[in-house]
Amino acid sequence: MMRRHIFYVLVENRSGVLARVAGLFSARGFNIESLTVGETDSPRISRMTIVVPGDDKILDQVRKQLGKLIDVHDVRDFSMETHDIVNRELVLCKVNAEPSQRGDIVEIANIFRARIADVSPQSMIVEATGSENKIAGLLKLLAPYGIIEVARSGRVAMARGNNESIQNARAVA
Amino acid sequence: MNNEPAAGNSPSEPGIQKSGAEIVIDALEKEGVEVVFGFPGGAIIDVFDRLNQSDRFEFILTRHEQGATHMADGYARATGKVGVVIVTSGPGATNTITGLANAMMDSIPIVVISGQVPTSMIGNDAFQEADVVGISRPVSKHNYLVQTVEELPVLLKNSFHIARTGRPGPVVIDIPKDIQKAVLKNYSYPEKPDLPGYHVQMEPRIENVKTAWELIRAAERPLIYAGGGVINSNAAEELLRFATETNIPVTTTFMGLGAFPENHPLSLLMLGMHGTVYANRAIQSCDLLIAIGARFDDRVTGKIDEFAPHAKIIHMDIDPSSISKNVPVDVDIVGDIQCILRNLNKMIVPCNTKEWVKQITEWKRQFPLWYNHHEDDEIIMPQHVIQMIDQLADDDAIICSEVGQNQMWAAQYYTFTKPRTWISSGGLGTMGFGFPAALGAQRGFPGRMVIDVAGDGSIQMNIQELATAIYYNLPVKIIILNNGWLGMVRQWQDLFYAKNYSGTNLTRPCSKTDAAQSSPTDWTNIDYVPDFSKLSEPYGCWGRKVTKRGELEEAMRECLACDRVAILDVRISREENVYPMVPANASLNQMIQGMA
Repeated sequence: MMRRHIFYVLVENRSGVLARVAGLFSARGFNIESLTVGETDSPRISRMTIVVPGDDKILDQVRKQLGKLIDVHDVRDFSMETHDIVNRELVLCKVNAEPSQRGDIVEIANIFRARIADVSPQSMIVEATGSENKIAGLLKLLAPYGIIEVARSGRVAMARGNNESIQNARAVA
Repeated sequence: MNNEPAAGNSPSEPGIQKSGAEIVIDALEKEGVEVVFGFPGGAIIDVFDRLNQSDRFEFILTRHEQGATHMADGYARATGKVGVVIVTSGPGATNTITGLANAMMDSIPIVVISGQVPTSMIGNDAFQEADVVGISRPVSKHNYLVQTVEELPVLLKNSFHIARTGRPGPVVIDIPKDIQKAVLKNYSYPEKPDLPGYHVQMEPRIENVKTAWELIRAAERPLIYAGGGVINSNAAEELLRFATETNIPVTTTFMGLGAFPENHPLSLLMLGMHGTVYANRAIQSCDLLIAIGARFDDRVTGKIDEFAPHAKIIHMDIDPSSISKNVPVDVDIVGDIQCILRNLNKMIVPCNTKEWVKQITEWKRQFPLWYNHHEDDEIIMPQHVIQMIDQLADDDAIICSEVGQNQMWAAQYYTFTKPRTWISSGGLGTMGFGFPAALGAQRGFPGRMVIDVAGDGSIQMNIQELATAIYYNLPVKIIILNNGWLGMVRQWQDLFYAKNYSGTNLTRPCSKTDAAQSSPTDWTNIDYVPDFSKLSEPYGCWGRKVTKRGELEEAMRECLACDRVAILDVRISREENVYPMVPANASLNQMIQGMA
């Protein structure tokens, strides 16, 4: 079955690890939709969130091979599990804004609990955080004003509630 | 091989001052390394400057870095120890890539230490610079670019640990020249690796072992399919006990040859593309397939949807990512094969397989390996050559091979009875592997007979190592099954490409007028270079050419008895092909059984 997979990967914070992880996807011709990396509370460990659309069976093989990498502490495919996850993305959107339009744009931003990060004479930068649907909704409403550029952070995700395997992996780290 | 070496592993006295190069030498000594294969160059010269100061290991200077990696690989396969290679940056390191890929595919533990340009010059297209961690990443189990002299000791420790544990494999450690020169004040070699993300499951889950036994007890036609994992984990004894006490027949993969004695009544020899008719028939008829340290390679399964159609499958493997990779399995047991078999054997019960074994014995009688012996003429058949080696070689001889027809004939017609006596490039199919691998095996066991079964194509791919063989007194016996073709490709052209022999003929007609008369099938009017037997002159080894069946035995005896490197050039039937054969991606039912 084809679907969008969200991988959680805990890795050694070391040069070359990203290339190794990305290589397992690229070697099979998968295009990574988004990939975020950041240090965890342990400076030795980084956490990656990788969103990649593809076939369940092949990506399950990729998951096993990620687990086999020496620098990978833990790997899970959130989309293959039953419990809920929280997943968020940050977006910066620069939109055309004549002084007369500023009020309308601020109103749209408020509905989405977004912030105005910058105001210039002819444009504004709207900063929003949220799920994929929310971000899509915001961009749709901003589009008529003329979007100048969009920067997205890529998604980060976390399982709700207590999560034994992740805690165990952290304990080892 | 999964154990740390018992001797020589004590930590160094703390507080010693050492340069990066000296740390490399100390690590080799502490890891119990007895031989290093390699080739020097500017970016590794600091390590070489210390290399000849150690009396704990021997350095073997090869003639090419590819030869060095294959020697380390052959040494590792024969002894079970880690093979070590030291090379320079750039071309030195890139020349090891084929050897790394070869060791990776067959799960062989080697460590390649490469020099790198100084840290400050990395990325500047410096002289003899190559992105070695980048190039070697997909063909190594792990690799490191060392960034400080402080981390060098633990990365060396990690490299050896990763290579020899779990599913073994090649590891590359790339050391910039400035780090070889840098001095570490408080050096001690770590006792343990630092690898929090690396877990090897040795002991199997007992529940899975019990579930496996339920399937085994319920089966009427069980079959063991044993692979290289049995050899890597030194589990041949445990396998023998499991098979004989349960009375379950055994077929081995190409990599598993020697894991189970082929002279045992329960042995079905090799399965797959060039396996026996009865092994493949047993696969297609069995109701339970017990895969032990094997990975369902496409050369084994043929068309995957039609592989073992009636069987439930139990899969035992050290590598969790091998489970259900190609074929979905009913029970998986992840762990070290020796540990798994020991656990299985604790619960052993005889199985009622009498009818099944009888059936298989009947198939063995009906469909033995077969070839036209040409007993009435002087044509030398390659299968006959292998059978003669089988008859005349020492019991504990190590048989290496090149790749292609020579390899398949050796696999089919030699009777392997002991693990680590068959050394051949399985997964990657590397022509030119056999001869240097044989030298590595010979270095591991100086007293044993080591034979390289070669083709006239493959042997030329690393023939430069003859000098290494002579200098280090590694008296390997090279037996060339010479048909003047790149035979295996020629065979596919014969069968599937309307005999369009494009780019496979290694001979030429003696003259233009001969071109019309020269036949692709025999040696008449054929010009062939080189005359391999004459290499005895420039290299100072033993050499002889045989063209007639009647001369073969006497020449073979002389060759095997020789105390030097020996080359026996056997001009075999030019048109002989390897049978039986399952065409690529066909079902194991569709075997071509050969021409009369």
